[in-house]
This record gives sequence, C-alpha cells and structure tokens, in this order.
Amino acid sequence: MDFKQEVLELLAEICKEDVVKEDTNIDLFENGLLDSFGIVEFLVKVEEKFNITVPITEVDRETWNTPNNIANQLEDFR
Amino acid sequence: MTPYGSFTFFFIIALLLAPTIILGLNGRKIYNYNIFVTVIALALIFSSNLNGVVALVIFTLWQVLLIKGYLFYRQNNNKTWVFCLAVIGSILPLFISKLTPILGAENWIGFLGISYLTFKGTQLIIETRDGLLKKGLPIIKLLYFILFFPTISSGPIDRYRRFEKDLSLVLTKEQYKVMLFEGTNKIFLGFLYKYIIGYYINQNIIAKLHHIAESEFQDHLYYMYAYSMYLFFDFAGYTAFAIGVSYIMGIKSPENFNKPFISKNIKDFWNRWHMSLSFWFRDYVYMRFVFWITKNKLIENKIVVSNLGYILLFLLMGVWHGLEIQYVIYGIYHAFLMVAYNSFERFNKQYKWWPQNKVTHIISIIITFHVVCFGFYIFSGKLFH
Repeated sequence: MDFKQEVLELLAEICKEDVVKEDTNIDLFENGLLDSFGIVEFLVKVEEKFNITVPITEVDRETWNTPNNIANQLEDFR
Repeated sequence: MTPYGSFTFFFIIALLLAPTIILGLNGRKIYNYNIFVTVIALALIFSSNLNGVVALVIFTLWQVLLIKGYLFYRQNNNKTWVFCLAVIGSILPLFISKLTPILGAENWIGFLGISYLTFKGTQLIIETRDGLLKKGLPIIKLLYFILFFPTISSGPIDRYRRFEKDLSLVLTKEQYKVMLFEGTNKIFLGFLYKYIIGYYINQNIIAKLHHIAESEFQDHLYYMYAYSMYLFFDFAGYTAFAIGVSYIMGIKSPENFNKPFISKNIKDFWNRWHMSLSFWFRDYVYMRFVFWITKNKLIENKIVVSNLGYILLFLLMGVWHGLEIQYVIYGIYHAFLMVAYNSFERFNKQYKWWPQNKVTHIISIIITFHVVCFGFYIFSGKLFH
C-alpha cells in the first residue's frame, strides 16, 4: 500500500466514515468529520505509525481541510 | 489616552497614518514608517500614566529576554522542565497582576493590555519548543509583533508566524487599495457598533433599567439581555477599529466575531465569539493537553479526555479574565456547558435523537442564545454585587 493510501485509511479510522477514502476532496471540518479532538488523535497515530511529528499549530485548517490536502501536507513532512 | 476612546485619538491616528496610506497607494514599503507610527502611538496611549510605561517596558524586556534565551537554549537542548519554566516565566507577570487586586495590594506590574500581550509571549515559547521559528526572531520584528499598537489594549490575538508573513509582503498598489478600503469600512462599522448601537443600549436601556423594570427579577432579566447585546456591540466595535487600523497598516489581524448570536450550539458559539482568544486556548491548551494524554496513554476513555480538556480550557479562560468570583463561575459555567454538549453530541451521533432540519436548527439557535446570555449575566458580575 502506498503512503497516500495508508494516510487515507488512517483518516477513515479516525473520522469513522469511509466517505473520506472515496471523496478525497471533501471538506472535513465543514462536514463535521474532523474536529480538534480528531486532529489530535490523527497526529498521535501519524507519529506512531509513520514516525512523522507534526506540531499542532502547523495544522492550519485552511490547508489541511481535505483528505487529499492532508496526505500532501504529510508527504512534505516526510 | 484610551485607544479608540475619543475623537482626538482617531484624529491623531488619521494624521499619523496619512503617510502610510500615501506610501501604500504608491506600492511602496510601509513597514519602516509604521514602526515609527507605533512608537508615537504607544507614547500617546501610555503617556498619561508613568507607572503604565514602566510596567510595559519591564514586561516587554522580560518577555524578550525569556524568548531569546529560550530560543538560544532550544538550539541544542530540549528538556521539558526548562520549557515549563519558560512558560511559567512568561505567564508570571500576568499572574501577579491578577493576584495583587485580590490581595488588596498595589498592582505595580499591570498595564493596559497585559492580558493580551501575555498570549504573544507564551505562544512564542511554545512555538520555539515545537521548532517552528526556523527563520529566527529578529529583535525589531519581535518587538513590533508584541507592541503592535492597533491591537495592544484588547486584541485580537495574532500569531507570530502569520504576522511575520504579512510583514514580509510588499503590497502592490492594487492590493493596498483593497486593504485600505476594507480597513476604512471596518472602522466605520466600529463607529456604528460601539458609538451608536452600543452607546444607545447603555444610555437608554441599561442606565434606565430602574425605570423600566417593575421588579427585582425583571431588572435582572432585562439587564441580562441588554448587557449581552451591549457587550457584543461594544467589543465587536472596538475589534472592528483594531482590525481596521491594522489593515491600513498592511497587517491582516485575525477576526474576533462571526455572528455569535446565530450559533447553533455552544461549541459553535466558541467558534464565533472572541475567536482569536478561544482559538488560542484551543491550539495551545486543549489540543496539547489531549495530545499529551493520548500519546502517553494516560486515560483510555476518549470522552473523559476531551471533557477534561474542556474543563481545563474554560477554567483557565475564566481566570484569565480575572480572579474575581464572577469570572471563575463564568469559566465553570462554560466548562459545564461544553462537557454537557460534548457528551450529548456523541450520544446523538449514535442514536440520532435530535434530527437535523430547519426547525431543529432554529430551536437550537434560540436555546443557545439564552444559554449564552445567561453566561454574560454571570460574567457581568451583577449577580454578585
């Protein structure tokens, strides 16, 4: 499984909705799929699974708003 | 001189900003001149009170030393206790200034805006630990960020990296024209909010309540709603001035209000009311607390973790306003509301007890409105005096 697919799997697990794997351009905050708590859960898992540390204030909700954008942002952190 | 408190203040600021506007409209760099404006404006704001000047200078020196010192330390080390000491150090002046009035001592350390400036210092310590200040912290930019006069007395609370991005932009003529237009618009919106609507509510309703109300209960009930409206228009008006003047100086200070009285629940309310404050607490307190607990697996139950985070956040937000009883209870009240709503939201996600449609949406707004107004009633202190 490539990196992006793994990120999407993880995101689906956190949001408890498979829609994030299908519609990768869906706005996670506007649709109530992700909130502050979800972001933190996600970041903890990202650190455990991929060994990537993302500081909390780096998660700008304007640029980390969709599954696609999140995968791309994490790609940059790798 | 109180910022945005008199016609004279606006007149002087308009004169001071005239060169900024001319430079901006010609597509020239306005940063250097704006630093000069800030120095003059600070002198104006604090000139009536020598103690305030001394306290501001000591506070600024202390914060700069702490931040620079921690930044230097952080280059090669990253001990948690040093970080904790640095955070405590940055909050210490505020803590003392909140404590002295309670103890009946003279508040020599406090000055106008200390509550808001503290956020800037603490934020920089935390971001340094996260390794986010990769470009370093030039002293002039740091001072300009801390002492930026349009937002000095009551925010909005900006973030350094956002602020710095605005500073490094040289706006084109067209871009500046848009900023100037939006800024001027906001300033006039501020006049409408603060000096027409807010003033009217205060003069014609709050001040005359003893004529209008026929009983003690009515007096308190009318006061609750009138004060809530007054608080919004007064504070949103002030904020509009602060953001408007920032825009004219080329800085897009963050917004503080987004139609708070149409919030559909208490969580939504905190995304719409005093946003720069609640987002600060969200990012630097709540999320970090949840992260720390989750990462170290201290508590398994997610609802408990998140509720503890909300309790911590709102208790802190309460005492940040002051250690007086009304602020403490205001914090407890909102902590309770958030915990109750958080539990309800999780319950409802599972059982779909409260459907989402137009009718329930309107009912939600009405309930939230009254609950929020009751919070402001606590906040006003009328209950306790």
